[in-house]
This record gives sequence, structure tokens and C-alpha cells, in this order.
Amino acid sequence: MTEDIGTEPTSNIRLAVNGTLHELEVPDRKLLSDVLRQDLELTGTHVGCEHGVCGACTVQLDGEPVRSCLMFAVTAQGHEITTVEGIGDDPENPSDVQQAFIDCHGLQCGFCTPGFVTTIDAYIDENPNPTEEEAREAVSGNLCRCTGYQNIVSAVCRAAELRAEGASQ
Amino acid sequence: MTTRLFGQKITRREDPRLLTGHGRYVDDVSGTAIAAAFVRSPHAHADILDIDVTGALDVAGVIAVWTHEDLPGQAAERLPMLIPHPSIVAPHTGYALARDHVNFVGEPIVMVIAENRYIAEDAANRIEVEYSFREAVVGVEASREGTRIVHEGMKDNVAAHIVQDVGDVDAGLEGAPHVLELDLEFERSACMPMEGKGVVARWDPGEESLEVHSSTQTSTGLRAVLAAKLEIPLTRVEVITPDVGGAFGVKINHPWPEELAVACAARALETTVKWTEDRREHFISSAHERAQTQWVKVGFDDEGRILGLDVKFWHDNGAYLPYGVIVPLNTSTHIMGPYVIPAFRVEYWSLYTNTVMVTPYRGAGRAHAVFMMERTMDAIAAELGLDRTEVRLRNFVRDFPHPMGLRMQDGAEGCIDSGDFVTSMDKLKSIVGWDEFETYREQARTEGRRVGIGLACYIESTGAGPYEGGHIEVESSGRVNVWTGLTTHGQAHATVFAQIVADELGVPLETVHVKTGDTRKLPYSVGTWGSRGAVMAGNALHLTAKKVRQKALRIAGESLEADPEDLEIDEGMIQVKGDPSASMPLAAVSVLSNPLRYAFDESARAATQFAKDSAEDEPSIGPGEQPGLEEQEFFSPLRSTVANGMHAAIVETDPETADIRILRYCVVHDCGPMVNPLVVEGQVHGGVAQGVGGALYEKMAYDADGQLLNASFMDFLMPFASEVPHVETDHLETPSPLNPLGIKGAGEAGTIPAATAIASAIEDAEGIPIRSMPLDPSTLWHMRTNHAAGELNRSR
Ligand code: FES
Ligand code: FES
Repeated sequence: MTEDIGTEPTSNIRLAVNGTLHELEVPDRKLLSDVLRQDLELTGTHVGCEHGVCGACTVQLDGEPVRSCLMFAVTAQGHEITTVEGIGDDPENPSDVQQAFIDCHGLQCGFCTPGFVTTIDAYIDENPNPTEEEAREAVSGNLCRCTGYQNIVSAVCRAAELRAEGASQ
Repeated sequence: MTTRLFGQKITRREDPRLLTGHGRYVDDVSGTAIAAAFVRSPHAHADILDIDVTGALDVAGVIAVWTHEDLPGQAAERLPMLIPHPSIVAPHTGYALARDHVNFVGEPIVMVIAENRYIAEDAANRIEVEYSFREAVVGVEASREGTRIVHEGMKDNVAAHIVQDVGDVDAGLEGAPHVLELDLEFERSACMPMEGKGVVARWDPGEESLEVHSSTQTSTGLRAVLAAKLEIPLTRVEVITPDVGGAFGVKINHPWPEELAVACAARALETTVKWTEDRREHFISSAHERAQTQWVKVGFDDEGRILGLDVKFWHDNGAYLPYGVIVPLNTSTHIMGPYVIPAFRVEYWSLYTNTVMVTPYRGAGRAHAVFMMERTMDAIAAELGLDRTEVRLRNFVRDFPHPMGLRMQDGAEGCIDSGDFVTSMDKLKSIVGWDEFETYREQARTEGRRVGIGLACYIESTGAGPYEGGHIEVESSGRVNVWTGLTTHGQAHATVFAQIVADELGVPLETVHVKTGDTRKLPYSVGTWGSRGAVMAGNALHLTAKKVRQKALRIAGESLEADPEDLEIDEGMIQVKGDPSASMPLAAVSVLSNPLRYAFDESARAATQFAKDSAEDEPSIGPGEQPGLEEQEFFSPLRSTVANGMHAAIVETDPETADIRILRYCVVHDCGPMVNPLVVEGQVHGGVAQGVGGALYEKMAYDADGQLLNASFMDFLMPFASEVPHVETDHLETPSPLNPLGIKGAGEAGTIPAATAIASAIEDAEGIPIRSMPLDPSTLWHMRTNHAAGELNRSR
């Protein structure tokens, strides 16, 4: 016996991503991470676990870091989403946090990195002058399998410095 | 003169792209492809009686459902045994889709192809498989007992067995004033790269060709195996490996069942099919590593000098053996470490179990070897009441090269080609403050704190052959394109190889662009694994650049009417040494090297001033020459280089909760001259982090039925920033005589001794013998209780 499977429910949604408003029809169950990556082709957001632990999929929702693998895209309506591309998408002109990662050798394969960038970008607004210990705490919700963290911790402090310099200019 | 780039801490050239979302990982490729999902076995050991796929076919959006019967020709045969070895007595490999029988939880049985992954998974959930269960064989002990057998037709579970020896070990042990025996256990963990595996296969019906993007560590190997399995000419298959989100060994096996099944589907459906592994799939169906049960018997004199070492170990290789015995073989050949051991025997059994197969993980097999040898060194020191560093110093190899008398994974006899272990030990003792530790311990004690110090030394055969190649072309714009057949997963190839090439060619770093993992340009390559990238491709590119340089100087010499010997290249300008007035850009040489008469660009027009009228009676391209400033060269070493290092850790254990904290972690590392110290440090840091994971957290928790109980990041604990200590490093650069650049591998250095160094420190803090890793607080707590009850002794 087989039962008939109908077409799955979809919704028309308006998603504000990196300052641009998109109108899309998406399945109700489609994850925000998948919509960003597949429908909007913003592949900078990565999926490492799809269960909310690794942080690779972190984006900013109204400036706050959230796991995009734990949200349905339909629930992101009415919010401002910022992905790593929204923080800086020009390799020639990286943002302060991105530059800090270059300076400190804070990445290797780069897969976890966008999640760190979005997390730290939000964090140093909140704490513009972190101690090393606070910096370590700030990134301790994101997994990286390659770099061993100490350069990432340095990158947090360096990013704060660069942001302060930028602000004073 | 331009400064030499080799040895400089140059920031990575791949970073700006990766940091701004422009990385291109396999799941970023072809977002419009149709998707595959797999039905996997929920049982560890069972016969498949029936597969009912009808429910899946009703799901809207499903395109195809494949079982083993749908696999064509060679693709339906068993997956290859990639690296045969004389010790393998029973080579069992699986199928792309299981045939009649499953041997581990996670084994792929059915492939569903649908419009997208969501639908493919819906459909997969509706497929019903009927099984007849068999009892599972889980763990070394059950396998060794052999009361239940994994593979039908075998009388036991032994996949491979070998004995290697040097000298007369029985005599060595008999004549020894002291003999100790140790029983040891080493963890089962996994590489766990942040990016899982993935494949995108595109069939071009017009060309009858297959283009595959895969997150593999060996695109050339995958290409060859897909051509063979799909029975199509090699020239009609290309494999491209884009950015890879970490690998650490697990992406070396090929083909993975999914790579083959998806490629077959792409051809059958004449379209592009994609599969991206999810994390649960990665846990239950991608390879694990490490589990071993070990036994050591050592004989030594009153000074702690080893006279004989007898070792046996049992290695859990999981359900299949597609990658052969590299892991246990490496264990067996690395046990002697940096020590002179006059008589040595090692015997191993590699055993089948009903669990995910075991293939190399960063430090492949060597971490286990270090555990055996270094736990033994500590036990000797304890027995004789000697300082642990002193016992090691008395046993160190001091003359190089030091032949080891054992056949290594590359088939050649192992030989420690260079090193200075005494100096390394001095450095380590000084950074960690070894001699002052007792004072610190006393002070900690008065504060009610319990601390311990430990160390571990290791050697690592790196830069295994047989070869690696390079391809360099200088465009008429002056841009230098560099190809290596290697794939890259965070090793900074785009930076370090550019440094090597820029040095040799005398061009600015910015003009050099490195491409990796694309079989279209360099179909001959081995792969990125075993700390071989810099040694193998680095030297190959160095040799290739030399060849390009020679050609450039010859052509320039003709135009400048100078002896090539008198020419040099600096900042992309070729000039007569000491006479910059007679010079021409390398870009112009590129134009001259190709006697094509079209002036496409500025350099071409500029080059006309250097062009000489060709002789009427000679062809434009002489015999044996090729147009273009472009060369290919290969490097093939005599044997592996042997890198080495020493780690020390200081830990604190909580007297009540048995919580373990690493207070200090120090590394002295010798990989020969460092191409880019920033990158080497980064490799060490990352390696240590994985080692810390292996020491304290990571463990595959299988139950007796072969169910993996911790198949998520919630339950399989990988260290976050809060768990990984700051790593203090120092380096020694003893050049290897085995390659032109003198370099040795560094990729696995951080991981290999970490669990052992931490074991040593915990033992020192607790006064309880640590014979098994990983060690979590609750295990340590129970050990304390048992120890207090007199059940655990310092040595057996
Ligand atoms: S992918 Fe979202 S937290 Fe891991
Ligand atoms: S850089 Fe590879 S996972 Fe973080």
C-alpha cells in the first residue's frame, strides 16, 4: 500500500539579506542556511553539522549572531540578515574582522571561517576592547578543526584594534 | 636583489578569497544539480532479504531509485583494494550499494535521486528493507576472540598479520637486568573535518564525458578509479577538487561508495547529480581511526638503556579494508621512535569488526606507536627512579643517517635522515621549565592544587613518494601560472608553493598564481596526505621553476647576446649580472618563446625590440623544443624523509572532580628548513588541537550491537576554543639530505604525540599508571577509586 504524497507546502517570502530585499517562493520547511546558499547563491555561509553546534552557518539576524541551520527561512521574514558577504565581499578590500584573520593566520581550510567572521563582527561591537580571555570566550561557540584557535583568539583582539582605528579616522 | 621568500612569514594569499565568501567548496558547485540521498543500514550485521522501494517512487520529485542491481558492469563489483600489502591475508571491500549483506551501521544500500535533497530524503525514509540479523562483532576483544565472524567464509577475523624484526629480541630480553610488560589501549576517533564529503558528477552526453567535482584528497586517483569502474576511457573523465573544508585523512580513500554511485547515476540520467554528506552520515559511514590494543615487553639495563623491545598489537580496521594496512603498518614502523633499539620485534593483527572502516587520520598509525614507546620510556624511568628526560637522552639516536631496519609504508627501508634529538630535548626542557617543575609542584600543592608534567618524543616518516609533479607557465603578461596535482585543504599551498616558485624564477610573489587539484592540467599526481605536500610538490615545483628559468635565460641570452650563465632574474627582469642596462622582462621572453606572429598585447608589441630575425634555413622551433615558456617536472625521492619533534604538557587535575585542565603545552619541532614559518606554526597549532581532542574528549561510543551512540557534535565532543591550550613552539631546522630543498613534512606533527604527552602529565599528577587514552574526568575519577583500593599498580 502506498499513500499519495502531495506537493509540499511553500510560501512566498520577502527576505532582507545584506541590504537587498528578495521575494522568493520557498518550501516552508526549508532551512535559512539552504535558502541563502541555494536560492540566493550566497555560498559563503557554510553548513558543518545542521544541528546547531558547529557555528559554521552563523549569520547575523538584526545584528545578532544566529545559527542559520536552526531557522526556517520563512521565520526570517521581517528581519535583517547579514551573511559573510554582507560583512565584506571584496577580496581586495576585506573588512576589519576579515583583515584581522589574514594578519593573524586565523584560518586554514576556511570552512568554519565565515561563521567566525559573522560572530566576531557582532561581538566587537558589543565589546570593543576584549581581553584575550574574553576573546576566547567569544569564539568558544564555534568549532574549527584546523587552526587550533589561538590565532583566532588573536584575530578577535586584532579586529577590535582595527575597528577602533577605523572609528577614530 | 630581491630577498629570498623561502623562510619568510608571509600571510596567506588564499585568505582574502576565503574570508569574503568567495571560497568554492564542493557543495558550492552547481547548486541546480539534482540530488542524491542514501538509505543506510540501521544494523551492524545483517542479510538483506528484500528491498521495497515502491513507497519512494510515489514521492513527487523523485527521479530514480537505485539498488545494487542497478549498478552497471564494473561498478557493481567490489570496490578496489587500493594499497595491497603482503601482510593482508583477507582483503575484503564493500560495494557502492550493498549486495545482499550489510556489515556496519551506515553502509549505503539504496540511492535515491530527486529534484532536491529534501525530497530525496523523504523518499529514502519510505523505502523498506527487510533484514535477517546476525550478531555483530564490535571491538578488538570480540574480534580477537573469533567466536563470531564478520566475513563469511573466514575462520577468524584477521584481515592482516605481519611480523617484522631487527636483531635478536629474545636474547636482548633474556640478557636484560630489568624487564617490564605494559598492556595499553588507544582510542577510536575520527578526522571530522568541518566540511563533510561531497561529489558533483556531470555527464556530457555529446562528449560522452564525465566531469566530477569532489572533496577528495586525491583527484588523480579518483579520476582513474572512476574511469575503470565506469568503463570509460581515462581521457573522458576529469576530476576537479575545489576548496576542501578540511580532510585530515578521511578524504583519501577513493572511490567512496557515493562517489561511484553518483557518477553512475549522472551518466545514466545524462545530467548533473550531487551528493553532500550530512554530519550524521559522516559519523556513521565515513572512516574512523585509531583503536588498538597493545602489548609491550621491554628489557633494559640499570641506566635505562633499552636492550630489547617486543611488541604485539591488535588493530580494529572496521568492516572493510579498501585502504589496506597503512594505519597498523605505520604504527609498527614508528614504534622505535628517535631511539636506538638494538633488538626489536613487532607483530600486528589487523582485525575486522562490524563498525565503520578505519583509514588514516592525521598522524596515521604513528600516534599509536608513540603511545607504546613513550609510555614504555616513562615506565622505565619510574622503575629505575630516573628522570624521564634522562632515560630518553640515554637512548637517543645520535648519528645520522640512522637506518631503522624496517620496511615503511612506501616499501623502502626506513631511515632517520636528519635530526638533533639532544638539542631538541634541551630546547623543550627550557621552554617548559622541566628542571624547575618540582618547585612549581610544591607551590601548587600548598595551594591544594594537583599538577603534573609530561612529555613525548616522536619521529614521523613524511614526504612519501613515489612522485609529485609541477607545471609552470609564464604568460606573456608576466603572470606565472603554477599547477600542482595536489589537492589543498588548508595547507596554504597557494602561498608556500608561490614562495618557492617566485624565489627560483626571480619574480614578485604577486605574479605567481597556484592552482591545485585539477586533473585537466596535471593528471599525474599522488595526493595530499601523510605530511607530503611541501616535500613532494614543493620540490617538484622547485625543479620545474629551475627548468623554466633555464629556458628563459637561454632565450634571453640569444636576444641580449649574452651567455645565459651571466644572466640573472630579479623582480621579473632578466639582466646581465652587474649590468642592468642590458635587460629584458621575463614577460618578453614568454612572447619570444612562442614564435606566433600575432601581437595580442602590450608585452607582445614590446617584445619586438628583442626579436631577432630567424635564420632562413632553420625552423622557428628547433628539434626537441616546445613553444611557450612552460615546463613540467617531477620529483621522486629515494625514500621518505623523517621529521621529528617533542611535546611537553603541564596539566592540573581537580582533586575532587578529576577534571583535567592543560595549563601549558610546548612543542619543539624539526621539519627541516621551513618554507613559511607562519604556516608551519599553524599546522602545529591545529595538530595539537586535534591531539588534545584525542587525548581528552573524542571517542566513538559503539554499543555491543554496533550502534554508534554519539553520532553528533552534541555527543562526540570536539574541543572548542575553551578546551585548547595556548601552544608554545620552538623549532630546529636540520635539513634533510633527501631533497633539494632539505625539507621534511609538518602536517601531522602536532597531533602525533599529543595524547601521549598528556597521558604522561596526568600520570605524573596522579601517580596512577595511565595505560589507555582518551581519558575523561569520570574515567579518571573511577581510576582513582580503584587505585586507592589497590587494583592499579604503577607497572605490571
Ligand atoms: S551548521 Fe549550523 S551550527 Fe553547524
Ligand atoms: S579553518 Fe578549517 S575548520 Fe576552521
